[in-house]
This record gives sequence, structure tokens and C-alpha cells, in this order.
Amino acid sequence: IVRMAEDVSCLKAQLMEKEKEIVELKNKLTKLEKSSTQMQMQEKVATLPPLKPKVALSNEDIMRYSRQLLLPELGVRGQLSLSQTSVLIIGCGGLGCPLAQYLAAAGIGRVGLLDFDEVELSNLHRQVLHGEDSQGQAKALSAAHAVRRLNSTVECIPYHLQLSPENALQLIQQYPSSVFDNVPTRYLVNDACVLSGKPLISASALRMEGQLTVYNYRGGPCYRCLYPKPPPPETVTNCSDGGVLGVVPGIMGCFQALEILKIASGQGSSCGQQLLMFDAQDAKFRSIRLRPKQASCAVCGQNPTVTHLVDYEKFCGSAATDKCRRLNLLSKDQRVTVQEYKSIADTMAAHLLLDVRPLVEVDICHLPTSLNIPLSSLENRKSEHIHALKKRIGQVKEQLSSDSQVPVYVICKLGNDSQKAVQVLEKMSGSEVDSVTVKDISGGLMAWAQKIDPSFPQY
Amino acid sequence: MTASLPVLVRGSDSDVSNKMAAPIALHLEFGGGAELLFDGVKEHHVILPDQSEPWDMKQLLVWIRANLLKERPELFVQGDTVRPGILVLINDADWELMGELRYELQDQDNVVFISTLHGG
Repeated sequence: IVRMAEDVSCLKAQLMEKEKEIVELKNKLTKLEKSSTQMQMQEKVATLPPLKPKVALSNEDIMRYSRQLLLPELGVRGQLSLSQTSVLIIGCGGLGCPLAQYLAAAGIGRVGLLDFDEVELSNLHRQVLHGEDSQGQAKALSAAHAVRRLNSTVECIPYHLQLSPENALQLIQQYPSSVFDNVPTRYLVNDACVLSGKPLISASALRMEGQLTVYNYRGGPCYRCLYPKPPPPETVTNCSDGGVLGVVPGIMGCFQALEILKIASGQGSSCGQQLLMFDAQDAKFRSIRLRPKQASCAVCGQNPTVTHLVDYEKFCGSAATDKCRRLNLLSKDQRVTVQEYKSIADTMAAHLLLDVRPLVEVDICHLPTSLNIPLSSLENRKSEHIHALKKRIGQVKEQLSSDSQVPVYVICKLGNDSQKAVQVLEKMSGSEVDSVTVKDISGGLMAWAQKIDPSFPQY
Repeated sequence: MTASLPVLVRGSDSDVSNKMAAPIALHLEFGGGAELLFDGVKEHHVILPDQSEPWDMKQLLVWIRANLLKERPELFVQGDTVRPGILVLINDADWELMGELRYELQDQDNVVFISTLHGG
């Protein structure tokens, strides 16, 4: 009986402990729920309350930031002014991810995270705040969650919206800002920064190279001082066309974080009239002295003609998205859909399938019967390729029963280069090669993967 | 503008060969994607032949177009200057600081043509 009484009191004690645990867990849960509702995604721009002034560091702050507090360049004063700084990160991608990460880790006061895209599998090699489980989620929110996990004292505001002449000023006025993006967005952000007197910490990365400049900073030039005219749209390559090694934007995003931390802590940036170039292939950095602010600049010069935000897509002649442009060079009868090509291939009718992508892309995936000649080789009439083309046209001609022209179907990734190739081949037909009838497969291999063969890889 | 152009210090014997500029060696670099117009080759060591007048940037662009450019000249030059979106650097400084098209090239100059990157 004594033992039973002991057991009962022991169990009672356990029960009390468990009940206590339940209360604690419930408290934790409500705290978590509260914090996740605080991270309401912003679909439009609202006016933010000013950051709470901070006069001293808490013990927890001192422990967390101790290693950087020891730097005389930063110190307690620098740390306090970091906590009073807001930064808007435009684009939560390859540059924005490491940038947000280091700013949050260092104890910046507030970050606005702006992105209109959702997380895709092809982002993960460079956009390191997002994980496999955040595919399909808004990038801004996914990045905000990652930042919150890292440092819950940083105020984090995700914006799921596209920057426009209508909302840019209201947004940028609330932050010193930071940017990378497509061409129209750059001019838009530049002008908004000039008009609201904010520095613009701009970086970009492509293939194996990176560039960084701080614009509109301490009397230095703005983006328009350097590039008064936008580049022709056909000269602009983005990451989904040109490719990029993930660590390259990673390095450039870290550089942006460095310059922002120097500005925010009062040390100042030395990139105000300077272009930092990074060549990842040769592991070389190079700093270039840039021109000063230009008196003739349309937005920051002596007689500015841009005094409010304008239509930037019109100004640049291209759309403000990272998505690939769709060319329309050919008439309808010069193009076939992937479904039409599928039925031609199924009838086993003699034809030539010409893949005009660069070799590096053909190595990723290709259709089994295609002949690969890159568009540039066709345009330059590279002799070994023209020879191979003639040979294949001859082989197909032998299979044709009548003396009809050899049908050639041209394919590429998305159906832009293939249209250019059709125009080149039409010029060659009957003179440089036997007469052929040339058609482009509209939408290219990516349309083939989406509509005909789901097992075909997409990239 | 307060920055002055570099002054070429001539030796005493230069007065003799005043009329005939000697050939000059240049180190040209292309980057940011501009190298793709030059068969992907980033660095070129070139020698400009002697001519009666000193070589300037405007003439260099004409020479590059005729001698180095492999494809699609409109993606490199427009009119008599580089197309918008290409930054030109002379000896690690923005060419705007050096007189742009009127800059007189010196032996062993380093000229960089860099296309602005768009991506991240």
C-alpha cells in the first residue's frame, strides 16, 4: 500500500509537470501565431510608422552583435544607427537573398522585401533564402520567413507587388534603397531615388561576371548620368537566357550588403563614383573611376526634364519583367505548332529537324532525330556546319518520292532564335543549299515539353 | 570640370618624328557580354599601324569594327560611337573623364569595353 501511495504521488507530480508544459506550449503557440499574422503580405504600399528610437543596446543585443561591436569602424554608435535604418530590397532573387540575409544578421532596423514572382525550382541554385518547401510561394513572403528565423528583432515587410510609376515614390520615400532588375525597373528606381533623395545601391550578375555601383550618393552620378539612353532591347540578356553561376550573384549581393552596412553605420560607401567589376572566371576584382554627376542629366542635372515618374516600358522599348521576350518575325504559314509537328513526325514523312540552339543547351536535352547547327554558325555560314546541312538535306531528298522541296522544321528553346534561323535559311535556299521549305516550330522545345512530352526536361 | 587631361611628355627627339606617329600597341578588353561579339575572346593585344595623325578613340572604333568585330556590328557601334549600354574605360577610368571620342591614344594604353549586366 505504501508503494501504491508513492506511485500515486509520483504520477500526480508528473501530471502537474505535463500540465505546466501544456500551458507553456500554448503560450508559445499564441506568440507564434501573433508573429505570423504580423507578417501580413503587403499587396499595396501603405505608410509605415517610424522605427522605434533605440538609445541603448540590450544585453541580448550586446551578446548577439559582440563580434562586430568590437570593430572600431562600427562600435555601439554604428550598431544603434543600423537599428534605425530601413532598406528596401527590390527583387528577392540571387542578389536579394544574400543581401537580406546579411542585413538582417547584422541587425538592420527594417527591411522591405519586394518581389512579384513565386519561388520556382530553377531559382534555388542561387536564391538561397528559399527552400524546396517554398516552391510556389510568393518570394517576398518566403524570404521574409527566412529573415525572421534568422533575426526576429528585424522588422520585415514583404511586398507582393510590381514596382510602378504609381507606387514607386511612396514606397522608396520610406527607405534608402537597393536594387537589381530588368532595364525599365532600373530607370524607374533610379528616378524615384533621385526624386526622393535616396542612394541606390545597385548590383547585377550574369554568367560569370558581376558589377556594382552606388548611385545618387553624396553628390555622385545617378544611373542616367552614366546611361542617358537605354540599351536596345535585343542587347539585353537575362539570367534565364544567358545563365548564371549561383555564387556570382551571391558575391555581388554580399557586396551590396557591405556597402549598405557601411552607409547605415556612418562609415560611408566608397562606391559612389566608382564601378566595381568582378570577373569570376579569372577571380579578378577591378574598380573603375566613373564620371561625376552630369550637369546635362535628365533627372539629376541642372535643368531636369524628368520631374516625375514616367512610362518606363515605353522609354526602354521593353517590358518590365524578367520573362523572355516573344518575337514575331514570321507569317502564320511559316510556323507550325508543336502539335502539328508531332503529327508530321508520327507519319514518318521525310523531313529535316534542325535544332539551332548553342551546343551547351543541346547537351542538356534534345530531340533524337535533330541536326544541331547553332544560329550563330548559320548566320556566319560556318563551313563545316553548312557542309553538314547540305549533306542532311541531300539524304532527306533521296527519301522523297517526288522532286519536291525538302521540308525543314527549325526548333530552339522558346521559338525566338528558330524564327531568325528560318529567315537565314530562306535566304540560303536555292543558292547556298538545295531548295527547301522552312518552317519554325512555334514555342520551341519548352512547348514540346509542356504540351507533347511531359518527360522532356525543362530548363 | 577640374580634371585635366594627361599631358604626354615628349623626349627631345620627338620633334623629328612629329609628322609620322609611330605604331602604337594597345591592350583591348571586352566584358559583360561584349566579348561575345569577338568570338568570346576577352583580351586582345593589338598594334595600330602608323598614320600621319595621332590615333584617337573615334578612329579606334572604326579600326575595331573593320579588324576585330566578328558579328553584328550594330550591337557594338551606333553612328560613330558605342551603342547605349556599353561603358568605355581608358586606363581604368570612365572615358568621359578622358575626353571620350577625342581622347588621343598613347602606346600601351588599356581600353575596356564593358556591357552593363542585367540579371541577378
